[in-house]
Amino acid sequence: MLFLIIKRILLGFITLFIVSLITFVGTEVLPGDACTTYLEREAYGAALEACYKRLGLDIPAYERYLSWAYNVIQGDFGYSLSGQMPINEVLGPRIKNSMVLASAAIIIGIPLALILGIITALWRDKLPDLAISTITIFAMTIPEFISATLLILIVAIWLQWLPGIVIVPTDVTFFELLPNIILPVIAIAMIMTAHMARMVRSSVIQVMASDYIQMAILKGVPYWKMVFKHVLPNALLPAINVVALTIAWLLGGVVVTEVVFNYPGLGRLVIESISNRDLPTVQALAIILASIYVSINLIADLLTLALNPRLKSLQIRK
Amino acid sequence: MSDIIQKVKNLSIGFRSKKGEEILILRNISTNIKKGETVGIVGESGSGKSTLALAMMGYVKQGLYTIDGECLFESSNLLKKNNRELEKIRGRKIAMIPQNAGQSLTPNLKIGYQIDEALRLHTNLKNIDRDKRISELLKKVRLPSPETIALRYPHELSGGQQQRVAVAMALAGNPELLLLDEPTTGLDVTTQAHVLELLNFIAKDTGTSMVYVSHDLGAIAQVSDRIIVMYSGEIVLEGPSRSILKKPIHPYTYGLLKSIPKLSLAGLPDSMPGSQPQPGSILKGCSFFSRCNIGEDKCKNNSPELEYISDLKTSVRCFNYKSLKNKDDISSSISRNEAIINEKEILNLTNVSISYAKQKLIDQIFNKTVDTNPTVKDINININKGETIALVGESGSGKSTILKSIAGLLKTKDGKIRFEKDRDLSSNLKQRKPNDLRAIQLIFQNPDESLNPNHNVEEILSQPLKLYFGLSGKELNKNIIELLEKVRLGEFYMSRYPRQLSGGEKQRVAVARAFAAKPDIILCDEVTSALDVSVQAAVLNLLQKLKDDFGTTYIFVSHDLAVVRAISDRVAVLYQGRLCEIGPSKNVYQFPSHPYTEVLLGAVLEPDPDIKPKLVAEDIVEEKPPEQGCSFQGRCSRILGEKCKKETPPWQITKSGNAIKCHINVNDLEKLQS
Repeated sequence: MLFLIIKRILLGFITLFIVSLITFVGTEVLPGDACTTYLEREAYGAALEACYKRLGLDIPAYERYLSWAYNVIQGDFGYSLSGQMPINEVLGPRIKNSMVLASAAIIIGIPLALILGIITALWRDKLPDLAISTITIFAMTIPEFISATLLILIVAIWLQWLPGIVIVPTDVTFFELLPNIILPVIAIAMIMTAHMARMVRSSVIQVMASDYIQMAILKGVPYWKMVFKHVLPNALLPAINVVALTIAWLLGGVVVTEVVFNYPGLGRLVIESISNRDLPTVQALAIILASIYVSINLIADLLTLALNPRLKSLQIRK
Repeated sequence: MSDIIQKVKNLSIGFRSKKGEEILILRNISTNIKKGETVGIVGESGSGKSTLALAMMGYVKQGLYTIDGECLFESSNLLKKNNRELEKIRGRKIAMIPQNAGQSLTPNLKIGYQIDEALRLHTNLKNIDRDKRISELLKKVRLPSPETIALRYPHELSGGQQQRVAVAMALAGNPELLLLDEPTTGLDVTTQAHVLELLNFIAKDTGTSMVYVSHDLGAIAQVSDRIIVMYSGEIVLEGPSRSILKKPIHPYTYGLLKSIPKLSLAGLPDSMPGSQPQPGSILKGCSFFSRCNIGEDKCKNNSPELEYISDLKTSVRCFNYKSLKNKDDISSSISRNEAIINEKEILNLTNVSISYAKQKLIDQIFNKTVDTNPTVKDINININKGETIALVGESGSGKSTILKSIAGLLKTKDGKIRFEKDRDLSSNLKQRKPNDLRAIQLIFQNPDESLNPNHNVEEILSQPLKLYFGLSGKELNKNIIELLEKVRLGEFYMSRYPRQLSGGEKQRVAVARAFAAKPDIILCDEVTSALDVSVQAAVLNLLQKLKDDFGTTYIFVSHDLAVVRAISDRVAVLYQGRLCEIGPSKNVYQFPSHPYTEVLLGAVLEPDPDIKPKLVAEDIVEEKPPEQGCSFQGRCSRILGEKCKKETPPWQITKSGNAIKCHINVNDLEKLQS
């Protein structure tokens, strides 16, 4: 078990290394660089030279990669060109904001998805299933930029209950931020919940049709006891990985929603730094998003392993 | 009538088709189960036997509904009860032992918890007493160290152990009626014999009534007092098991019994033509008419009623049963042409070892072999052109592994496989020449999985013809039709998809596909074990016919010694990937034989209540072959001691001419076994 965890963590680091290499090479290969973008029309002669010197672009690429990687390992991502400050200072509040948005969506969305999924499966083809399934399929198919725009139109402009876009400094306190995130959370939770509820539904239905559930019925186990003891633990195991991917997707910044609501999170930072050609920030973001995916998937796999007795003993036997 | 425990009255169960028609699965079933009696319900797949057993618990599968009739238990109709009421009966008064215990135990709950759950629901025992009872129950089903078994998860047990746990769970509520739905299907032969013996013991010990549902007349014969034979949703024959098995007076039962291969008989079993009508097909007259060989005009338009024959105490649904009454030659078989074995060797396995262990990167670098104890080891077999050789053994004996290696799906670790003396087949598929690939074809166990569901029969059969012979157009078409004729399917099957075929027809298509390549050797991997007995007999006959026509060599893998007896010229018995015995098949079925062969032969179930299986060895499951000594040392009842554990046994030749790998002198062995 321990060996497995160590192996997975090592693999995770290898993944991060490859991601860093790809982003670095990618930014190198693209025409133009930080200085030409930054200086625009003045990008020639002495000014350009000076800029290169200042950013250290005059030394060979592999040396730059090594020194950059060395700094990253120590937790220093370098200097943001567009923000004119250390990237760590740019990232800090953005990560916090994205976390707030993601946690809110997770706290509301995941339990709701589980409940809806289970209800639709247990009342399969009956009224509750038909009603909820129609809504979830509808919610799944509407793209977030449309649902987000509609939410702004109805709640913020017609009803004027909540602010439509988030116009706050990036470093506000949690309670100042709270009223601003209600609409984005609804927009995200809608699509996320719908997806997961469908997943849970099919998983529960599959388990309900299994031999061991028929056996539990024939053993005389009361219905709800059967659902909680025999059905759900087995049906929700495969859901863990989907939940993990959803969480990773949320933490990595829900780009479209953040842009529509002007929300100062990681997703919008990605868009901003790409359009500003703020290459050090783009590199930093790539590493951070990759590590979020790697670690959340690792946690999900370990959790599945711990909860599924079948996999656990398989691993031990190996 | 107080001794009747369950009364089924005019029961019809069915479903509504998409067109809205009512389609019957069970048609007007009436029967009684008496206290303390064991009733066997037998029939082929689709006869409605499981539906009937489940209805006796008040359970109707999703999609089906009760059309008419009732299942009376304690004089109330179970099919009218609500779930709350049924929960108090299920598990407490009527309990179920399922077909596949491995899939019927909830995977995330420990064995102990699952039995405890039944105890909590159906008894008033206190915590400490329940723990004691769990141990008692596990002991009763003869599981070793009950305390540790209770803490295990279902997947940590072997198939036989899982089935025993299911029995223990069913006994937890002290039920008055036990329903068993194919409880030994899918178990190894020796395990099956042990489980049946346990069930017999429990029936006697507890006095519980049992309803035993199975397609296997051999298993039914061992346990039941009374037998009900079902066909197409109807009872066609019902009576005391001895009279049913010895004097089957319904043509279906007669045909069924004749199609079972028997150990005592060489030669192929008789097959029954046709297959059971699909539920919902328009039935006028007797449902068995299309397959019956004693049918008359009357049978075509009038359906016979169940008629009670008092001197045999048997009910039969046939107008013409009298013509069978005096016929008693169920123990006959079609004699098989002895293979014309020219001494030309076609395949040779020399010292073949096969390992599933993966070499790790580090070991590869240092060129170190890790697996000193491979799954299959030291296999030496010569196969002559035109013979049928059978590889026999229980699951884990390595028989399919050897087959995969010959087919090129697995690389050998050591040793050589040579085809026609000079062509090396030790390499894997990619390195084989197209002609060698063509020469060896495989037929798989389950035709449902081996035929692509998105291809119709024409596409399935045209692939090998295009690949190996480059046929196209009219010639391709002609060849496909010829192939279909060879396996006795008409031209009109070309446009059918696998889902439109019955199990037997699918396996025929699979056979045709193998023959399309004009192969020299055909590898048959348990080709009949997924089929009903009457279909199995037909497929065996077909394989024999094709062999007579083409002189093909078969390598036939099976766990069923009776089937092997019917089809093969030579038998090789394997245990844990090591050869135990090899010789002409008629000799293997005579003593002396290797102690493991003796175990296998003893465990075969014959459809005859007078032949009881002999349980020679325990049905322990060994995970790995022993590092040294005899491979069978762990289970052998005739073990000599240290010698068997340390030294690899020598090959000995018996009087009748088969080779046995055993330390015990053949003459002593003969004395021991006689």
